Amino acid sequence: MILTHNIAHNIPFISIFIAIFAGIVTPLISDGRKSRIFHLSAVAAVGILSALLLIHVNANQERFTFLMGHFPSPWGNELKAGPMEAVMAVVFSVVMFLTVTGGQYMIEKDILPEKQNLYYVMLNLLFGSMLALIYTNDIFTGYVFIEINTICSCAVIMSKDSGNGILATIRYLIMSILGSGLILFSIAMLYTVTGHLLFPQLKSGVMKLVNTGYYSFPLMITAGLFTLGIAVKSALFPFHTMLPGAYDAATPSSSGILSGLVLKSYIIFLIKVYYCVFTIEYLKEIKITNLIFFLGVCGMIFGSVMALKERRIRRVLAYSSVAQIGYIYMGLGLGTSVGVTAAMLHVVAHAVTKSLLFVCTGRMKDISLAGEADHCLKGIGHKDRIAGIGFTVGALSIIGIPLFAGFASKLYLAIASFYSPVKMAVALIMLAVSMVLNAMYFIPPVVDIWHPLTEKDANSKIVPCVVPTFAAAVVLFIAVNFLVGTCYDRIYDIFEVGVALMH
Amino acid sequence: MDNNSHDNMGKWEKFFRWVNGEDSIDSVWEKELRSRVIGRRKQRRKSMEENITKINSYGRKFYILLSVFVTVAYIGILLYTASLLPEHGAPLNPANNEVSKRYIESGVEETGAINIVSAMILDYRAFDTFGETVVLFTSVTCVAILLKRDKNNICAREDREAALDEAALNSDKSAILKFVARLVFPIITLYGIYVILNGHLSPGGGFSGGTIIGAGLILYSSAYGEHRARQFMSGKRFTGITAAALLVYFVSKGYSFFTGGNHIESVIPTGTPGKLLSGGLILPLNICVGVVVACTMYGFYSYFTKGDI
Repeated sequence: MILTHNIAHNIPFISIFIAIFAGIVTPLISDGRKSRIFHLSAVAAVGILSALLLIHVNANQERFTFLMGHFPSPWGNELKAGPMEAVMAVVFSVVMFLTVTGGQYMIEKDILPEKQNLYYVMLNLLFGSMLALIYTNDIFTGYVFIEINTICSCAVIMSKDSGNGILATIRYLIMSILGSGLILFSIAMLYTVTGHLLFPQLKSGVMKLVNTGYYSFPLMITAGLFTLGIAVKSALFPFHTMLPGAYDAATPSSSGILSGLVLKSYIIFLIKVYYCVFTIEYLKEIKITNLIFFLGVCGMIFGSVMALKERRIRRVLAYSSVAQIGYIYMGLGLGTSVGVTAAMLHVVAHAVTKSLLFVCTGRMKDISLAGEADHCLKGIGHKDRIAGIGFTVGALSIIGIPLFAGFASKLYLAIASFYSPVKMAVALIMLAVSMVLNAMYFIPPVVDIWHPLTEKDANSKIVPCVVPTFAAAVVLFIAVNFLVGTCYDRIYDIFEVGVALMH
Repeated sequence: MDNNSHDNMGKWEKFFRWVNGEDSIDSVWEKELRSRVIGRRKQRRKSMEENITKINSYGRKFYILLSVFVTVAYIGILLYTASLLPEHGAPLNPANNEVSKRYIESGVEETGAINIVSAMILDYRAFDTFGETVVLFTSVTCVAILLKRDKNNICAREDREAALDEAALNSDKSAILKFVARLVFPIITLYGIYVILNGHLSPGGGFSGGTIIGAGLILYSSAYGEHRARQFMSGKRFTGITAAALLVYFVSKGYSFFTGGNHIESVIPTGTPGKLLSGGLILPLNICVGVVVACTMYGFYSYFTKGDI
């Protein structure tokens, strides 16, 4: 036991406040480098605190509430944290730290020096809002931080200040606002029929309505709108059109964070609302689980098919994100605790992998632009081995090769499908098909990257300068990927406890 | 409209254009500018028409039909749902429960604020309001990233227009505006401060008062030009004031959350309800919110018109 209860229980509140504090203070630092160091130290501090919290809640197997003020549950705001939240906070901090470190030299190139500190303001606030979405116990607090999250996401896409970026941002903004609007409608209706905003009271209110049969149609619409809103915001299959342009136009760190973390923070909020407000039984009754299962499966296939058609590597990664989001929704759609736990493991696996891929792709594209007229990736791996290896590891992990993070989550998704007999066949077949498709679009770039250099290329090889921060970040990313890929059973156990405690 | 018809148009039309602010400055090269802009507009319209004929294919029609269908279905479902919701203001509604009861009955005693809305947003649910204040700060920073003048978004036309604006302000043409602004600006500001300071006693508070002050600042800036406005609100001062207000909110509410979460008694007195200095943290928080809102409003205006503060 490292911490006493009292101190450990402050960690969620302190984490959110550290991130927001960094966001408020950074505009006063006009230097980009200092802002970055400040941002990274804030993220590191949150990461260390979250790790301590994880050790604490895992040892005690507890899930606790923290009052934000002097008024308890139906009246004031609250935070709630358990093993699931703690793991997510740790993963988010680690991925955020490594993605920014790995992409920092690209941030320096892509964003004007006088605006770099504003970019870090946005990253800090984005991080704070994601932490708040993870920890909140109040549906309206969730909405407020979804707003911050939306604005910051758009800011980090457009901060590169290119025509494409602005266009992509507008598209992203429209889709995000559509999602926010649906969520807000749903929250308003939920408040009208239950009279509460905090999760525990909402849950008892919903249970009462389900048992008595009052307002059954509005309640169903509420659950549907909420799911739809989060689905739009997290780019579930038919609502994915905002991703490719945005990830292609943004600086690599932004793309990595948006794809690896931001989409996931909404899904975590969705899982919390599913368990702590609507309950899985009710969602099964109104068939919403079937809907998200169906959309998830469609996403797995169509995302991969569209990725196959793409030529630009970052758009391929974006469509691959669509497919991976499909996996997560498929896990949720199974409608069992096992399915949700597997989906959470996939959240972690994908966060760790996709950010690595974006950081490496950014680096490879940068070298190829510096050395060649067209930016084809042939033989790039020989120019920067670390980037090549990083990309290869990421690709193998996404495909689901054992020892890497992606394998673990897909294994558990497959196992989880056994618990829902009706959906089992579809889930297993689609998992297999999607894995083959993943391999079809991830193996060719890997082969291209390691394409042997011709005599002429080898002679005219421009040796790019080694970027130590990038190399260190990628090595750590690979280590984290191995760690998740080998110790997945431990993480799964923690999630299992976390899900059980959410009931 | 080209130059000839512009000269030949009727008196009334000219008057309307002047009222609409389209015809305020009659300089030679503004006309030139207009003809150039119109030429560009014509080109754009032409290419747009070409595009429309190009995309008027079968798939496009299907897409439009589908989107109309989805929207209509969505409106229908929402309207039907709204018709099933509890009647507005009925006494037995689910929303009339122990939550609002406590806000109404013990709000004054527990928070010291007469205005229950202020008590709710700045004491009971202050974390949400903190989030909302940060939303404003975030959005103004976001606008700064997009519109703040840098080497990528400077163009000669904007510079010329800014110079024209400045010249117009220095001439006698805006004498009425200047006079009225000088007369009204102090009153607006004073009223805004009154609304903020009385936020815990009467309807109002930081959000509404801040908006009023922001409107006053915008009026002043548009009447006297950016040079005069910059004398009291420079970019650095803007950032400093906003960050300071947010930090005060952050620290005071952080203290309150910390003591509340750890079940420690807070030492901040609630005072006598009805007095100006009462309501615990609500008065300082209202001031912070007011400052942030006023700065955000003014920031939006400045970035959108001049690209800088």
